[in-house]
Amino acid sequence: MSDPNPPKMVIGWFSFTGCEGCTIHLSELLNKNFDAWIKLVEIRYCKTLKTKNSMEGLDIAFIEGALSSQEHFDKMQKIRDNSKYVIAVGSCAVSGRPSSSRNDFGPDKIDDRIKSYFERFDYAPKVKKIDEVVKVDDYIQGCPMLADQFINALTKYLKIFKLV
Amino acid sequence: MHSGDITIETVTKIEGGATVEAKVENGQVKNLKFIIHDYRRFYTKAVVDKPFVAVPSFLSRICGTCSVSHLFAALKAIENSQEIEVSEQTKILRQLAYDALMIRDHTLHNYFFVLPDILGLDSILDIPENHDDLGHQLLHDSFDIKQLGTDLSTAIIGAAIHAPLPTVGGFNKLPDESQFPALIDRLEKIREQVIRGVKVFYDWRADFKRNSDYIAIRGKNGFNFLEGNITISNGKTYDPQHFRDFLETVVIPYSHSEGYKIKELNEDYLVGSLARLNLNLDQLHPRTKKDLKSFLNYFPSDNIYDQDLAQQVETLHCVDDAIDILKSLKIIPETPVKKAPQLGVGVGAVEAPRGTLYHKAEVNEQGIISNYDVIVPTAQNQINIENDLKQYFNDHIDKSEEELKFEAEKIIRCYDPCMSCATNFLKLKWIKK
Repeated sequence: MSDPNPPKMVIGWFSFTGCEGCTIHLSELLNKNFDAWIKLVEIRYCKTLKTKNSMEGLDIAFIEGALSSQEHFDKMQKIRDNSKYVIAVGSCAVSGRPSSSRNDFGPDKIDDRIKSYFERFDYAPKVKKIDEVVKVDDYIQGCPMLADQFINALTKYLKIFKLV
Repeated sequence: MHSGDITIETVTKIEGGATVEAKVENGQVKNLKFIIHDYRRFYTKAVVDKPFVAVPSFLSRICGTCSVSHLFAALKAIENSQEIEVSEQTKILRQLAYDALMIRDHTLHNYFFVLPDILGLDSILDIPENHDDLGHQLLHDSFDIKQLGTDLSTAIIGAAIHAPLPTVGGFNKLPDESQFPALIDRLEKIREQVIRGVKVFYDWRADFKRNSDYIAIRGKNGFNFLEGNITISNGKTYDPQHFRDFLETVVIPYSHSEGYKIKELNEDYLVGSLARLNLNLDQLHPRTKKDLKSFLNYFPSDNIYDQDLAQQVETLHCVDDAIDILKSLKIIPETPVKKAPQLGVGVGAVEAPRGTLYHKAEVNEQGIISNYDVIVPTAQNQINIENDLKQYFNDHIDKSEEELKFEAEKIIRCYDPCMSCATNFLKLKWIKK
């Protein structure tokens, strides 16, 4: 008899400011890998895929997007506190760009329309990449994330957790 | 009945984050806010002072899932501003790449986001690993259909997300024809799986009706996502170059996005698959129409849940259109049309998977962007969603909080909304007095 509840690596997938192209790319990687990954990985948090999410006890948090506000910084810290490893996924999380474009705006570009958003909502003065806010253990480059780097990272941590 | 503030945080199968706040007094919804909760990236401001050639690729990053829609809308806006006329081959290749986009994007929405509602599950992750289970079969259908959409995109424009090959005036690199026969075979084989999905969405008779005003592009010679006039369900048509003549911007103080109304009607309206099928059902591919004859009788429909069926019908249309194009296409070597930059203003309107998308580029004599404007479908649907939820809550105010929340999310999901930005929660703040 096989174990009805075999051990799995518990992951969370979090999206901050960006286009969610890395999430879409993940959904594409599931086309060919779903059956294999579902046996090894429990997706405990991924709001694109499920309604009932929890960020408790994560082995790995994958972070897509850049951080735009104090609310984002606080949430990122909470994710860090709940996760053994944090991996920045895709250009916005790794380098801030292109989501951090507004960091380059001179005063001439901050028009009334932009000011009205800054006044109504809690936009931070600068958009930050993930490692400006918390410690990051690994980086997956690309816009969207490079599939090979994602699969390599997943395999690396499956080995660390002795699941492959 | 509950009293006081109630906040329910629910993570939703949509792209991006939204909040709903409802204030109920004496069994009536006094105030309901549908709030797009994404932080803006101000990309339309970021492109100002940049050379136009760099702009379409940058603006494709507005959205991961409808990246190709933003790319093509930007290309068309800039080409129109420069009076660049692209070749027939470029138009056909863009149409083919667009079929691929719709196949992948509609399948993601219908199967990954909506199918769990039909199966009564939280997520596709909960579908049992049992080959005899319909859910299992449908999930694996979706993998095959999506993968084919992605592979077709990759063959024509270099990638499904943030595609590198399309450029102002044409293509940086033309596709390799030798890939076409295998793609045609796979498209033929996928039809049966797409039709299985049509039956599932046809049989799911969830129902919610309120609005009946629609806007979509109508092709001059058949179903077209990229070329045509803007058609409104009251029968009027407009040249998309003058979109500000019929769309009125509504500033929504609590939302990170503006909303829109039809100017002359002062009415909210819906864009997306349902709008397209309501206005353009007659233009579907003949083979799609023939094979789906017994599944098209609900259209035209004011039932928002028929948006899912409409997306599935469009998926088959795109499969059939792609087969036709691949069978007849002979690639002629050509380079992108190039012209000296000129002062000009141009609009690019396309049907994104979730509705009409407008880009407007203003370019100076040196080919530098001086102003840029984008109107996305979800912003247009925002007021419609809000009014739908208001009516739904008023009609079902005695239902449990849990049920109201669940049904509200299902209605929002029908719109296939794409906040395309920060992923926050759908918080349902429900204030009953």
